[in-house]
Amino acid sequence: MSGKGEVLIRVENLEKHFKGGQIHALNGVTADIRRGEVVVVIGPSGSGKSTFLRCLNLLERPTGGSVTFDGVDITDPKVNIDIHRQKMGMVFQHFNLFPHMTILENMTLAPVKVLKKSREEAERKALSLLERVGLADRAAAYPGQLSGGQKQRIAIVRALCMEPEVMLFDEPTSALDPEMVGEVLEVMRDLAREGMTMVVVTHEMGFAREVGSRVIFMDGGVILEENTPQELFGNPSSERLKVFLAKVL
Amino acid sequence: MGWINWCEQLLETARGGAVLGPWEELNKDFYQAFVQEGRWNMYIEGIGNTLKVAVLALILGFVLGLLVAIVRTFHDQRREERSGLLLGLLNGLCRIYTTVIRGTPMMVQLLIMGFVIFKSSRNLVGIAALSFGINSGAYVAEIIRGGLMSVDAGQMEAGRSLGLNYVQTMWHIIIPQAIKNILPALGNELITLLKETSIVTVIGLRDLTKAAQLITGKIYGGFMPLFGVALIYLAMVMVLAALVNKLERRLRSSER
Repeated sequence: MSGKGEVLIRVENLEKHFKGGQIHALNGVTADIRRGEVVVVIGPSGSGKSTFLRCLNLLERPTGGSVTFDGVDITDPKVNIDIHRQKMGMVFQHFNLFPHMTILENMTLAPVKVLKKSREEAERKALSLLERVGLADRAAAYPGQLSGGQKQRIAIVRALCMEPEVMLFDEPTSALDPEMVGEVLEVMRDLAREGMTMVVVTHEMGFAREVGSRVIFMDGGVILEENTPQELFGNPSSERLKVFLAKVL
Repeated sequence: MGWINWCEQLLETARGGAVLGPWEELNKDFYQAFVQEGRWNMYIEGIGNTLKVAVLALILGFVLGLLVAIVRTFHDQRREERSGLLLGLLNGLCRIYTTVIRGTPMMVQLLIMGFVIFKSSRNLVGIAALSFGINSGAYVAEIIRGGLMSVDAGQMEAGRSLGLNYVQTMWHIIIPQAIKNILPALGNELITLLKETSIVTVIGLRDLTKAAQLITGKIYGGFMPLFGVALIYLAMVMVLAALVNKLERRLRSSER
């Protein structure tokens, strides 16, 4: 393990074009994610923020530029991406729990199959994580029996079971009923407090302001502004950010 | 065995030209069609052959269909990345296979297998099972492919983002969910397969239908043997449908 503040993910000139170049989702994005940082990405819909996040673990293959994770250029086709994805947890807008498995099975599948942990060890880890988010009693339940907020908390701890070095959140609260947003943000806040490196795409400006160490504002597939939450929200410099903030705050 | 003696007497009487009452006629026909000269053995042999062909064809068809479906799905999902030459070739082969098999009549395929490709073989059950397996595989492939595509794309993303590779994600996450979705269609295909086997008579295999035809010829009447085998087919299909239903319920019970 290396120290805080060192660059964990370096993104250089990232480009993503869909449909044979007709749609430009990303137009040259350059950013560094440092260890221990909570980077919050905001922007209007269609700004490319989700595509940016999904390029970090290559769920979306960039059409140009590079992503260097822990010193390895993972956009190199010769790199086995599965090995690096283990260290990058991801949480989706629609949870994507496996509906045919119990909560415990959801959480132990990857540790057993990928990290080659014993079942007992994986279950012990899973149960202690469930304990932390207050869902230990739901270990034997199926995802269909849980509320949205519970599902998303499970999705977060499922990713944590792999002991990732960074957690990527793709609008984790956008599909939730309003009264369930709080419980999910609470788990994320705890995670940030423990020093987890996080990249969060969200519309929760309160969370960005309170927890973010840095906020990135994207529009039109590029980063328009990047600053501490205090500066970015209190003193926006670009006209588009001002318009955006006026709409969402 | 009073009934047998009575039926033998009825046969004698009928041969003498006397007219029997309807109840007597029914008993006599039944006796002739199923009991006389141990004819039930022919039906049992027929059921045996029908089931052998159907079960072997089912296994072959499922394996073939699964392989083809996986090749085609893998190829389609990899389109963005550079898919290898081998994969492209395999995908092409699979497409030709489904097109040709679904585009020609089962009867013609069976005749070609029986009288051209394996014309010197006497293993009729083997030929029939192979023909039906190859035929069924093409349909099963499309059913499974549909099932794999029906699973939400987020499931594949979730599996891959946890570090599972493509095959692991397919095996542990996508296929179990797809099977649940395709079970009704697969059960339907199974029932069709079982009934379709009745055309194996054209290559001379003595299946259930053939037994009925032979006996019809012997006793100069098709009422009892044909309705009899129709009922036997119906019973087999109902048992099969019940089994599929049970399996479906068991798979569904694991959710909510």
